Amino acid sequence: MNITLDLIVFAILALFITVSAILAVTTKRILRAATYLLFVLFGTAGIYFQLNYSFLGAVQLLIYAGGITVLYVFSILLTSSEGDKAEKLKKSRFAAGFAASAAGLAICLFVMLKHQFLPSQFEHGELPVRTVGLALMESGKNGYVLPFEVISILLLACIIGGIMIARKR
Amino acid sequence: MFDFGVVTSWIHGQLTSVMPEALAIFIECLAIGIGLLLLYVIIAIIMIYMERKVCASFQCRLGPNRVGKWGSLQVFCDVFKMLTKEIITIRHSDKFLYNLAPYIVILASVMAFSCIPINKGMEILDFNVGVLFFIAASSIGVVGILLAGWSSNSKFSLIGAMRSGAQMISYELSIGLSILTVVVLTDTMQFSEIVARQADGWFIFKGHIPAIIAFVIYLIAGNAEVNRGPFDLPEAESELTAGYHTEYSGMHFGLFYVAEFVNLFIVSSIAATIFLGGWMPLHIPGLDGFNQVMDYIPGFVWFFAKAFFVVWLLMWIKWTFPRLRIDQILTLEWKYLVPIGLVNLLLMVIIVVFNLHF
Repeated sequence: MNITLDLIVFAILALFITVSAILAVTTKRILRAATYLLFVLFGTAGIYFQLNYSFLGAVQLLIYAGGITVLYVFSILLTSSEGDKAEKLKKSRFAAGFAASAAGLAICLFVMLKHQFLPSQFEHGELPVRTVGLALMESGKNGYVLPFEVISILLLACIIGGIMIARKR
Repeated sequence: MFDFGVVTSWIHGQLTSVMPEALAIFIECLAIGIGLLLLYVIIAIIMIYMERKVCASFQCRLGPNRVGKWGSLQVFCDVFKMLTKEIITIRHSDKFLYNLAPYIVILASVMAFSCIPINKGMEILDFNVGVLFFIAASSIGVVGILLAGWSSNSKFSLIGAMRSGAQMISYELSIGLSILTVVVLTDTMQFSEIVARQADGWFIFKGHIPAIIAFVIYLIAGNAEVNRGPFDLPEAESELTAGYHTEYSGMHFGLFYVAEFVNLFIVSSIAATIFLGGWMPLHIPGLDGFNQVMDYIPGFVWFFAKAFFVVWLLMWIKWTFPRLRIDQILTLEWKYLVPIGLVNLLLMVIIVVFNLHF
């Protein structure tokens, strides 16, 4: 196995993601956890960019790093006070969490090792924006118009719920 | 037109002839990174000097004029002063986040900065979803500002950060809508392609009415996005001392300061790129002799001239209008700019569909 530049970059990104992910769940302060989560999302976006899928990478940065994390930080700022620290976990809860993550890892590994991957047809160069846009608006088998509409209904419900909570007199 | 791509491909050819390609790419990436940061710093220094001089002339003062000719060395001295100052640490604060926050702001700023096409063949990040990436990169800075305000353990910082967060998240919408108006006109999101499409007239002329409305919305929203001008209440010095960077000292404060000025440049240069043609010279269809003469001026001169013109416009606005209140800022955005932007987008779609543009 020869070491290429791609492999080195991937190894660095993977290490970065793993370390940040572990730090995000082990830290006691909630805002630090949000920051480590931001790092994980950055690393994931980096992997998308390495795969030359810049659309997904940019969306990852825009929605998750720039949107969701800001939302988390905002809600933490509004609700918790300085010096809030997580309580020490109970033994039983720790065991349950550990079991759940081990099961998740086992399922992922099982699927990944069992699945017959198609031979990779990696095309260099970026996906044209037109292809992405048409796939998003297509109603056929591989189209995304139904998920798009479903998500917009979900978001509408979220907005209405937010207004209802905020306008409680 | 001078094509910078010739230079870069020559360098790539020379490097690959003496070493494996992976090493050559690594060295090129390193060189580009260093060059990018150097350009970033130089732009910041020019911007700070320009701000002081423009501000002085709007207030009928002279501005810096003692150190060097016309005070031109003043900013360099200030940079060295800033570098030698002590970085203090705050007790009872989250040290890790406190030290991290300025770097997140700088990271977002550098990522957005590297999207800008400076000359033909001289663009660093040129994805075909470049516009989307630019918006994504510039939306990360708000995380750094919120973290800075929170981890400083000071009420002024926290209020400043909350104001800044609310303001930046709101005005990103208007920026997105006004850039989208141009994307509708061009049917591309790649910055180099957007510039290339303006060879027969800049978009502010080609898109006429909706493009001009989008340009004005972009200028207002851009000014708010970088917390400047009449929208600088996150750092309103008369009420909040300095907003989210009250507790920062030395170079950590310097990073916020530099990021603010370069963000102003980034906003202006994106305005110059998508509305005023970027590095594309002024071409008038039909006047071939005139176009030929204009082509003799290199692209980066056009780019910097346009970008600094827009910077000057924004500075003019900043030193002319008084500061708004937070409710006025949010009213302006949500009740006026967003509806106008949406209607303007629709107008642009109608114009493109019926082919009414030039």
